[in-house]
Amino acid sequence: MLHSSASAEQLCLASPVRREPEPVSVKTINHDVVAAEYAVRGAIAIKSTAYQEQLKEGKDGLPFDKVYQCNIGNPQILGQKPISFFRQVLSLCEYPELMEHPAAADIYPPDAIARAKEYLDNIPGGVGAYSESKGAVILRQHVAKGIAERDGHPCNFEDLWLTDGASPGVHYMMKTLLRNEQDCILCPIPQYPLYSATIKLYGGTLLPYFLEEGRDWQATVAHLQEQVDTARSQGKQVRALVVINPGNPTGQVLDWENQELLIKFCKQEQLVLLADEVYQTNIYAAGREFLSFKKVLMEMGPEYSGHVPLVSMNSISKGYFGECGRRGGYFELVNFPQDVKDQLYKVASISLCPNVSGQICMALIMNPPQPGDPSHELFAKERDGILESLKRRAELVVDTFRSMEGVSCNEVEGSMYAFPRLTVPPAAVKAAANQGKPADFLYCMELLDQTGIVTVPGSGFGQEPGTFHVRTTILPPEADMAQVVQKFSEFHESFMRRYKGENGGS
Amino acid sequence: MPPTSLLSTPRQPEPVDVKNLNPKACGLELSPAVLEAEYAVRGAIALKASAYQRQLDSGQGGDLPFTRKPITFFRQVLSLCDWPQLLDDPHAADTFPPDAIQRAREYLGAIPGGLGAYSESKGAAICRQHVAQGIEARDGHPCDIDDLWLTDGASRGVHMIMRTLLRDEQDCILCPIPQYPLYSATITLYGGTLLPYHLDEERGWQASPEELQAAVDGAGRQGRQVRALVVINPGNPTGEVLDAENQRQLESLVLIADEVYATNIYAEGKQFQSFKKVLRDMGPDYATVALVSLNSTSKGFYGERGGYMELANFPPAVKEQLYKLASISLCPNLALVMRPPQPGDPSNPLYEQERRAILESLKRRAQLVVAAFRGLEGVTCNPVEGAMYAFPRLTLPAGAVAAAEQQGQQADFLYCMELLDQTGIVTVPGSGFGQAPGTYHLRTTILPPEEDMQAVSEAIARFHRTFLERYGGGTQGSSGG
Repeated sequence: MLHSSASAEQLCLASPVRREPEPVSVKTINHDVVAAEYAVRGAIAIKSTAYQEQLKEGKDGLPFDKVYQCNIGNPQILGQKPISFFRQVLSLCEYPELMEHPAAADIYPPDAIARAKEYLDNIPGGVGAYSESKGAVILRQHVAKGIAERDGHPCNFEDLWLTDGASPGVHYMMKTLLRNEQDCILCPIPQYPLYSATIKLYGGTLLPYFLEEGRDWQATVAHLQEQVDTARSQGKQVRALVVINPGNPTGQVLDWENQELLIKFCKQEQLVLLADEVYQTNIYAAGREFLSFKKVLMEMGPEYSGHVPLVSMNSISKGYFGECGRRGGYFELVNFPQDVKDQLYKVASISLCPNVSGQICMALIMNPPQPGDPSHELFAKERDGILESLKRRAELVVDTFRSMEGVSCNEVEGSMYAFPRLTVPPAAVKAAANQGKPADFLYCMELLDQTGIVTVPGSGFGQEPGTFHVRTTILPPEADMAQVVQKFSEFHESFMRRYKGENGGS
Repeated sequence: MPPTSLLSTPRQPEPVDVKNLNPKACGLELSPAVLEAEYAVRGAIALKASAYQRQLDSGQGGDLPFTRKPITFFRQVLSLCDWPQLLDDPHAADTFPPDAIQRAREYLGAIPGGLGAYSESKGAAICRQHVAQGIEARDGHPCDIDDLWLTDGASRGVHMIMRTLLRDEQDCILCPIPQYPLYSATITLYGGTLLPYHLDEERGWQASPEELQAAVDGAGRQGRQVRALVVINPGNPTGEVLDAENQRQLESLVLIADEVYATNIYAEGKQFQSFKKVLRDMGPDYATVALVSLNSTSKGFYGERGGYMELANFPPAVKEQLYKLASISLCPNLALVMRPPQPGDPSNPLYEQERRAILESLKRRAQLVVAAFRGLEGVTCNPVEGAMYAFPRLTLPAGAVAAAEQQGQQADFLYCMELLDQTGIVTVPGSGFGQAPGTYHLRTTILPPEEDMQAVSEAIARFHRTFLERYGGGTQGSSGG
């Protein structure tokens, strides 16, 4: 609990209590740090790492011989190949001497060499020097160009901050918008727990708005209004609305009408719209397309397009490129006062700059090879191959869940996750409660212990009270998928058997 | 406690505005001293310099813009890891030395998903193993990879530690003055209080235990809690290298040892000793002193965005919290802080040649810069024993002080801005780092290429003469103040 500065001063003036040295311990560190939680890398993930060690060391006694990582959107660890063109350019930027080598033209396509040269000529010091804090100018220009082509509306590169992944952008916004516990951020439930973790970390309050599972995970404005009105009447200020589109963990893709309603709501309540759009190139459902909030906003007429403050976030970790380890991303600010942007520049500058290799990757993704370019054919083949495979796996996973007893599963319209809802027998709920855990945690832990499949319990994302979910990715390679879905089904059957009927209970 | 609904005033919508941002993020509630230190390194002068787009940048310690080549071996390995298909290319053997190829295979074999996958939040195990081995070889004491966090630059580690240690304004962090303003900025950002301890310019920028004790006692009387002591060794901006005796005296509280310049040592007879080594050498009586050692790939002789933090003597429960903090940002980028080629490896001769050339050049440039400043009227300059900066002390005319005040600035800010305007040379005013009251300094790097040094020195000398003339002699800022 933070002391207010007034009371601290009073303490000082009246009778300061001399503070004795105290050792650093979990009781004496910042409480917000201790309170913050991030389930994606929590207890189940930690245990799965221990299992992987055991398997590597050839230890016996586990009922499985492989750990299947279905808990984190990390495609390349499961064998997804990187996009050749991007890696070629990156390797040349890392070691520019390659371009002088006589064999360069045999090793690299000409457009990769040209692109690397363009970047290196315009980034003083290449990948080895600190860049500007918002990212190297040429790279931001390329990203801006890509955004403008995607949306059909201009993008000013000075409104772009390149970042080490999308996560730092979220940290900066939460750090800057949250003054104290009275400040709230509207978050979808279920949500990607970066939001709950950073809100806690920076001393604010999460104001939930529930996505309706029965209606394709949509949120109604009536519900949003009710949440905001209640908060306001309690003396809380609502600062921003987080929207994740496509959804994580929920996988829905918003439509134009829905997006317009959310923008109008933000205008009315003076909220910053935090648009997490990292899955914008992961769209599978027929007839669905990605519409950036920027595009929708710009086409709503001047009372919206010139006024609603919007933060659009993207990342190199997702899509069809999956460059999680390189750490790249950006956020674009629209309709922010200049002096607020100046403060965000300063916050970024305290970490000097994002890594340049990640910046280059972001610029490449927003400006991939075009038809007619030497690399385009291979690029399109790799991209389409990955996206079509993801779509097939999405369907397989959803079908599998829908065939399990007591399980329902919304369509995976986009992103990389399925989020099935489980009907958990009361005996399992009780067993979990005895351990001080929610029932879906128990389910996921037993799933790991018995099959090696790693997932994240729905309680890690938030869910309607009384419901249970599990988030699994759709990322295991197609070769493994048959195994994974079979093991999952078998486990589910045995779990239900064990906790129902005569075999269930204490 | 949040007000109840009966007593609270309902809140009306308000547009996002600089007045309703978190004041700690924006520095609006800062004390004057900290306002000056407001991340000066990337402040007004640096921004103006970018606008000028002059590449005679002496203002930042990332020296590669000056055509200084990176270490070939590291870049070769990284390039192969970026595009692993190169390993199987028929031309690979002509393009890369065999040990670079082998090292790339080793990393790719040991890191699931290569450079493209999220790693463990503390960094890929093999990278931590290599860092641990390097630390053990350097110090002669074991290093456990579970105590290592690889980070996107050392700055991230500082953010995490400040975030964790600071609970409220009563929590203080002892910081050297002058200091690298990452410390003042992060202390403010995370709601704590900076407790200064002054480095003594007359005595080679050493810190005295008496000064530290006085600071701690003063804080104690005010009901404040001192949480940690920051030591930057080698110093930034001050460039001194501590000796072991001084280091032993400083072991107390949580010690945050910023050692990013560990491999930038120039002074004869000086060598770098890590605080970890000194601590371990002090024996079991000191086994409870909590130490955070920070290092970086940005300095030394490399240049990319990587770093690490090693925790010694921290309770496991606290380390778990720091693990969790790291996990909220998923993982660091795989910049592969790595073991260099060893004697006998094919790449070793070139590596040694490059490393020596860089360090010897830095040493020569350190001496040139110090000599250049000592040649200016009213300027003294401590030797640059290590790091990448000179921090000369300027005696400035009263007229300059007055002119600066009229602009709401310090005199050294005025000096540096005019230096930029007239010569294109970018520096950072001493007020950005903190300094003894009534003194003025500037920080310049030693990084301009040797062939430019003559021209840079002459430009500074001419500017300095003009500045003194313009502001009419009658200096201020000498020790009488």
